[in-house]
Amino acid sequence: MRDVDGLGSHLVSPVPPVLPTSLGHTNMRMVMSSVPNKQGRFGAYGGRYVPETLMPALLELEQEYSRVKKDRRFQSELAYYLKHYVGRPTSLYFAQRLTKRLGGAKIYLKREDLCHTGAHKINNAIGQGLLAQRMKKPRIIAETGAGQHGVATATVAAMFGLQCEIYMGTEDMQRQALNVFRMRLLGATVTGVDAGSRTLKDAISEAMRDWTTNIRTTHYILGSVLGAHPYPMMIRDFQAIIGRETRRQILAAEGRLPDCLIACVGGGSNAMGLFYAFIRDKKVKMVGVEAGGLGVASGKHAARFAGGKPGVLQGTMTYLLQGDDGQVNLTHSVSAGLDYAAIGPEHSYLRDQGRVEYTSVTDDEAMAAFDLLAREEGIMPALESAHAVAHTVKVAPTMKKNQLLVVNLSGRGDKDVQQIAKMRGIML
Amino acid sequence: MTSKLNRTFAQLRQRGEKALITYVMAGDPSLQETEQLVVELEQAGADIIELGVPFSDPIADGPVIQQAAERALRSGTSVGTILSMVTSLRARTKIPLVLMAYYNSIHAFGPERFCQEAAQAGVDGLIVPDMPPDEAGPLKKPAAAAGLPLIFLLAPTSTEERRTFVARQSQGFVYYVSLTGITGAKLLNMADVGKNVEKIRKVTHVPVAVGFGVATPEDAANVAAIADGVIVGSAIVKLIAAHRQKPDMVKHVAEFVRSLKVAMRAVQPKTR
Repeated sequence: MRDVDGLGSHLVSPVPPVLPTSLGHTNMRMVMSSVPNKQGRFGAYGGRYVPETLMPALLELEQEYSRVKKDRRFQSELAYYLKHYVGRPTSLYFAQRLTKRLGGAKIYLKREDLCHTGAHKINNAIGQGLLAQRMKKPRIIAETGAGQHGVATATVAAMFGLQCEIYMGTEDMQRQALNVFRMRLLGATVTGVDAGSRTLKDAISEAMRDWTTNIRTTHYILGSVLGAHPYPMMIRDFQAIIGRETRRQILAAEGRLPDCLIACVGGGSNAMGLFYAFIRDKKVKMVGVEAGGLGVASGKHAARFAGGKPGVLQGTMTYLLQGDDGQVNLTHSVSAGLDYAAIGPEHSYLRDQGRVEYTSVTDDEAMAAFDLLAREEGIMPALESAHAVAHTVKVAPTMKKNQLLVVNLSGRGDKDVQQIAKMRGIML
Repeated sequence: MTSKLNRTFAQLRQRGEKALITYVMAGDPSLQETEQLVVELEQAGADIIELGVPFSDPIADGPVIQQAAERALRSGTSVGTILSMVTSLRARTKIPLVLMAYYNSIHAFGPERFCQEAAQAGVDGLIVPDMPPDEAGPLKKPAAAAGLPLIFLLAPTSTEERRTFVARQSQGFVYYVSLTGITGAKLLNMADVGKNVEKIRKVTHVPVAVGFGVATPEDAANVAAIADGVIVGSAIVKLIAAHRQKPDMVKHVAEFVRSLKVAMRAVQPKTR
């Protein structure tokens, strides 16, 4: 399994395998080790706000993760599955017709939609699945919003022979009925959560309760850069392959780094995955796109930076949509995967640092972007990813023709087809 | 600093009794009824009362307390209205009152202001179930300044290292979570609870109270035999929920609390 691909070669190098040294990017080490600190803090954000019952498990996970990070066998195994099972590297595709249509920057799409199971989520699920095996936990659980992380986890569970239970808000189960059925076909138990807003937030709370109860036998595969330390760091690391590949691919295609990166941000794992390899490259602008729902002014959205303030939800300190009394607000987005009241703590940090710019697009803008990409490029993006495309529609025309723009196409839209038909009054 | 919690445990020990700590969700079904409950539960034998501060996303709680929080929020309960209720309660009772609040409620109110106003209103201690001592930095100073004990939790999963680390920082009492799970789950293994309470006692002189899963007078008696305090939450909240639309709700709950205390008194204390 050694050196299974050129890309993964850094993972089996004798030094701690976090540096894509082959890309000649000498500053990466500093960035990689700068945040979070030992307490899991990204500046003022992050941390471990959990019941004591979970603390020993989090400490164990952190320890085990820091071990496998340096373990060649683990890293080569991970590289093997990413290549042969997930289908990495995913392509960086030049969207010629979209570029022409928008009449500005050259647009590249990072095709995470081509991953096995149809989204970037599997990068993390494979990593944590391997970790669960190491920790000898026979059972894994996960939460899911859009269903993509649930499907990825159910897939990995089937492949590694682990028992699997997925928690999903009942509202989301309706919106994403197809993914619910896919998880069940893969042998997972899907448990509906009928509390609170019946969406992702409530599914995470329920998964945390399950984990608290079954901690000795169970590993919780959290799906985004959320929750208590070490999750935001570990999931970022597992997703960072997106940016490492992109960097190599754009250098090969254009001989220079991109001018701008765009990704949608729910919890923010696909965005962290793309951004992370470019953080030190100050000339590379980065934009995270939140769900504007019916518009930020309407109050029905999931734009945490526009409407929220720092607080603690589900284990981490971060920007949070909340009322004056600290009660967590209900959110709205056409996209179940972005419909969450908090954002990954590292995004809060990057926003305060001014390193990443955050904006939002509305449901309608995302829907229009879905149609545009389908018709111009023959690619149906996930409604989540359509938010990144929608922002691209706004900024590409303002950029010069020789500028380069990379959009993370984090998932494919097949799962959303039924919902879109329903919204358009079409019975399938 | 001797807190009211310390004095309560000391007095009980002199009488050869264990502390009965009862939990009610403030504002469920209304703050007026919570106020009445506190007064009546003291009469019925409660030694300390934990007041839950309702939060929208209570990760350490089971469905019973989660639904109570939803009812309390619907009745318009907030940190401010709870503290006003405590102020008005202080004209009627001296029973130690401990607030159990998720950290975001405190963070949103402002940790300093929260500690000051809570102490001023007459709150005697603070439990934050999603804030292990590792994250308590911003709360420690204002709590100490206000003379408000911070009570930390230990669990069956806690390692020896954690046990020492957490127990030594806990003030008033140590809250031992009897089971690996959430509030309202079923208590299974009393022998394990006893062993773990003994281990905690080796590292701290602060009293140890046991909660989670204590649902019946028999459970309460069993726990009283091995710990300094018995915490009953979900069983009480469940009763409040079942009788909340009846005029004699408080009476039902008080009767139950009386039966808990009676069962606890029948136990020969074998510790300390």
